[in-house]
Amino acid sequence: MRIDDLPGELLMWVLIGSEVAVFAAGITVMEAVRLTDPAGFATAQGMLDGRMATLNTALLVTSGLFAARAERDGGRAGLLLAALGGVAFLAVKIAEYTADAARGVTMEAHPFFTFYYLLTGFHAAHVIAGVVVLVLVAIRPRRDTAQAAAMFWHMVDLVWVLLLAPVYLLG
Amino acid sequence: MKYQTQRIALAYIYVALALFAVQVTMGLVLGYIYVDPNFLSEILPFNIGRMLHTNALIVWLLTGFFGAAYFLIPEEAEHEIHSPLLAYVQLAILVAGTAGAVITYLFNLFEGNFLLGKQGREFLEQPTWVKVGIVVAALIFLYNVTMTILKGRKTVISTILLVGLWGLALLFLFAFYNPPNLALDKQYWWNVVHLWVEGVWELIMASILGFLMLKLTGVDREVVEKWLYVIVATALFSGILGTGHHYYWIGMPAYWQWVGSLFSSFEIVPFFGMMAFAFVMVWKGRRDHPNKAALLWSLGCAVLAFFGAGVWGFLHTLHGVNYYTHGTQITAAHGHLAFFGAYVCVNLALFTYAMPVLKGRDPYNQVLIMGSFWLMAGGMLFMTFVLTFAGTLQTHLQRVLGEGYMDVQDQLALFYWMRFGSGFAVVLGAFLFIGATLIPGRREVIEPGPVVRHAAE
Repeated sequence: MRIDDLPGELLMWVLIGSEVAVFAAGITVMEAVRLTDPAGFATAQGMLDGRMATLNTALLVTSGLFAARAERDGGRAGLLLAALGGVAFLAVKIAEYTADAARGVTMEAHPFFTFYYLLTGFHAAHVIAGVVVLVLVAIRPRRDTAQAAAMFWHMVDLVWVLLLAPVYLLG
Repeated sequence: MKYQTQRIALAYIYVALALFAVQVTMGLVLGYIYVDPNFLSEILPFNIGRMLHTNALIVWLLTGFFGAAYFLIPEEAEHEIHSPLLAYVQLAILVAGTAGAVITYLFNLFEGNFLLGKQGREFLEQPTWVKVGIVVAALIFLYNVTMTILKGRKTVISTILLVGLWGLALLFLFAFYNPPNLALDKQYWWNVVHLWVEGVWELIMASILGFLMLKLTGVDREVVEKWLYVIVATALFSGILGTGHHYYWIGMPAYWQWVGSLFSSFEIVPFFGMMAFAFVMVWKGRRDHPNKAALLWSLGCAVLAFFGAGVWGFLHTLHGVNYYTHGTQITAAHGHLAFFGAYVCVNLALFTYAMPVLKGRDPYNQVLIMGSFWLMAGGMLFMTFVLTFAGTLQTHLQRVLGEGYMDVQDQLALFYWMRFGSGFAVVLGAFLFIGATLIPGRREVIEPGPVVRHAAE
């Protein structure tokens, strides 16, 4: 396998590799800090609302399906439906953050919450960027641009799935 | 020299080398003050010496970058510089501004005056009129090179250089805000200087290295471009949020500790990329370029930048480590090798390549220039090791055992003497470089020696 054999833009792969590396490092550090205070982390984690995260997983994975279809046919509908999934994800995320804050889940309240907000917040920033990219590409869809947008969107999808277990479930 | 306007670079190189001489001389004086603290204390207090040492560095590196751009852009764009007159006006403004800032600082002229006086800051301490002058000069420069590129061929190298230079000028605008509290003052200072050296300057460095590799090794432009894309992408990805590693202890929210630690850990990647790039290009290249000294400086740059900026930066970037090492001699060790390896070397590499071309002759004084590399690099590495040991000891005595700052400084005296010695080697190397570059000797092209071909080939 040569580097030229990779489908799509090389730069996109550099970006995807960098993103996955940073999130992986962030998750690893969180788990390492968890070892210093397992009980405190478990209590803090218990304050999160897993139902919102489940709903968001379903939304994001479904929107990934539309992105995959758009990548295959370069169609506008798939791109816009994928972006719509992203917007729905963000709406749920805002509702989740608001409810969290009302329950006293704030950035400084516990080290776990610092990681919770940093990791999911940084991911949400990528969802915003992804929605913008999908909409921009949908204005005048082409095969290569649709592919680049879909690659970015799958990365956003992948990172969410990677975050889901350590942030909401494990511990 | 293919394009007449490349000559503009000569004037910039002369100014840069003059300031380089000032910078290293001040460095030597400061190194001596560390071992004999009352030396020149009435005439040249330490803070003024340090201001000259660090600011002369920044200004000469910038002047060198401008010179590099005026040298490289005509060749890349295959077009003469839009306006040579504007280029010289720009240089005159920069020289007048630099002199104005130094004189105002030395004699504290116009105290309290918004436009003409000092601003009472530790850094970014130019009087407002100088800051305006810097912006005007930057605008002239950007107009000049952008027009040149627009009229000529657009290449990846010149585009990356241009993005880096635009970023450099725009980020300087943070210097105009003089915040009322110290935490914000530090934050804005880092917004300029971190985003310069760990952001847009890396773009400038990568494009200059790319240009040198293209000329010196003769590899295909497409290969150079692919590497540059990867280097630039990883530099910006890690460097922008990596600014967080300067926010740990200045009064910013605690989450910056994790943001800074995570992202700045990845700042080693682009520097590793540049090192790998330089060596792979030389390995793949077919051209036997006669300017061996420029090649040595280019490869030395990539290696020393990786160690100084990459490895020594990573050494104390994690906030758990930095909690103890912050502001110790570890920082000084990193700062010296990083600035030397990355930005001093890339400038000197370009000067070494450009000077014979600008003077229209074969590479000259190559042995002296290579000797100056080993003197400077050897001295700087020794200084880095010495300061790292000093910093480790200082961290333990001062931050772990809790001894007083000055008591610890006394115990570091031996290291400071060794640092002074290594600094002397660096200054010697610097003057050797300046002399060998400015005074061309006889023609001196190094012929390749006899090569034994091995069976494995």
